[in-house]
Amino acid sequence: MAGNSLFYEFKKGLWQEIPPFRLVLGTCPTLAVTNSAVNGIAMGLATLFVLLFANIIISALRKYVAMQVRIAAYVVIIALLVTVTDMFMAAMFPPISKALGPYIPLIIVNCIILGRAEAFAQKNPVVPSIADALGIGIGFTLSLATMGVIRELLGFGSIFNVKLLGEWFEPWIVMILPAGAFLVYGGLVAAVNWISSRKEAAAKAAAEA
Amino acid sequence: MEQKTLETKEIKTAPPQEPPAQAATARLVVSSSPHFLNTESVPKIMHSVVMALFPAVAASVYFFGWRALLLVIVCVAACLGTEYAFQRIRNKPIKIYDGSAIITGMLLAMTLPVGFPIFGAVLGSVFAIGVGKQLFGGLGYNIFNPALLGRAFLMATYPVLTTTWVWPRTMEKAVDAVTAATPLAMAKFEGKLDVPLMDMILGNTAGSLGETSAVAIILGGLYLRYKGYINWKLPLGYLGTIAAFSAVFWLANPAKYPSPLFHLFAGGAMLGAWFMVTDMVTSPVTSLGQWIFVIVAGILAVVIRLFGGLPEGVMYSILFMNAFVPLLNKHTRPKVFGAAGKQS
Repeated sequence: MAGNSLFYEFKKGLWQEIPPFRLVLGTCPTLAVTNSAVNGIAMGLATLFVLLFANIIISALRKYVAMQVRIAAYVVIIALLVTVTDMFMAAMFPPISKALGPYIPLIIVNCIILGRAEAFAQKNPVVPSIADALGIGIGFTLSLATMGVIRELLGFGSIFNVKLLGEWFEPWIVMILPAGAFLVYGGLVAAVNWISSRKEAAAKAAAEA
Repeated sequence: MEQKTLETKEIKTAPPQEPPAQAATARLVVSSSPHFLNTESVPKIMHSVVMALFPAVAASVYFFGWRALLLVIVCVAACLGTEYAFQRIRNKPIKIYDGSAIITGMLLAMTLPVGFPIFGAVLGSVFAIGVGKQLFGGLGYNIFNPALLGRAFLMATYPVLTTTWVWPRTMEKAVDAVTAATPLAMAKFEGKLDVPLMDMILGNTAGSLGETSAVAIILGGLYLRYKGYINWKLPLGYLGTIAAFSAVFWLANPAKYPSPLFHLFAGGAMLGAWFMVTDMVTSPVTSLGQWIFVIVAGILAVVIRLFGGLPEGVMYSILFMNAFVPLLNKHTRPKVFGAAGKQS
């Protein structure tokens, strides 16, 4: 892993290891709060913030925390950051904070953050950990935004609360219900897998030629 | 048996299409099992089911006018189109003529109210065939009844449009296209239990295309039974459970709960019992499994009708039990005679 460039650590989170669709991590917020594009992006950014600072702190402290208590230490660090985020959002963006409800505090148990801490920050210096957190965090935000855009478009006929589809469009109520989240999620996982398999096949063909 | 022209034929795994002309030339045909020749095929069964649905379609046209026929045609066309598109994309043999998509389209149309918009019908058909059937691998691999899945999707997508019913045009008081409540909705939300039973049996009530006329559906069901494509157990077990279970509540408090006959002839119970519970793909194959399937589904339908948030529970009861079919098939497998007990 030491040989990988910073840019690689950043880039892998955008496609190769994009959390909800390739790693199937962090599916709870992906399904729960993406009923509109704004909610999806807000959730993604909140997670990005927590992930970035969790990675920095855990990576910086990695030599001082005993292996046996590391998980407890991660949780304390993450909980601190989540509390900061939760209070910040409640103070600055009350409507969004209200819409996201308990899902902001639930970032504490988001497996992406714990997963990156355990799999990456704990073994790597601070700078690669920042690249990793930014890549994964932005990938996660983009995933939630995509889910939110699709669901808001079909469920309300709008994107970012701007009405795009006219009167003729009868909103699909199902898309803003949990069932719609699963449908869109399944569709996107399939699409990502399909594109990846095509890419791999093309790369293989190029390597053989 | 004076001659000894014994012709051993190579082992074939699919003998039903064996031409009988072979038997005329060879005196004695020896082939591997199975020896039983059956002229049934998927298209033949499916086309019989389509035939069986015609009385229900005719009744819906009689009670609701030509728009009912339009809905049926749109649903069938959209189902066939989706089936074709999926098989084309997946490079599978195009098998839209086997009739299964036609049935899905007809059944889906039967579950919709007559005023349902055309684009909604198309959307439901695309979902029913695309997600309900082709994503699982096509005919025979689907877990859920595709038509019911399409209806469930439409119900979640357009909750108002799927429950906006109109009076049949045969009703005296009917002004054209005035919205009306189904007998089940009246019983649930208004406490009115006095819909004439004869109207419900014939179909002279508000409701979806195929849920009003019980007679037409029973006619189709009996035809399927006569052809041997369904057994008695599934439809009668389902209807019997609904009747028996609802009778318990009715006997306890006839003023509050509708009678068993009301439950049988109201809503989608008949359509579900004869055409959806009996779906060969999504019902169990073992006898015990079928009993469990219909009894639990029947109880669920009554529970949803009486105590759930919705006036009608047939659709969800069947879909719910569809999910258990693989489990039922696995655990109700009959013991093989003479086989030793499990070794594990």
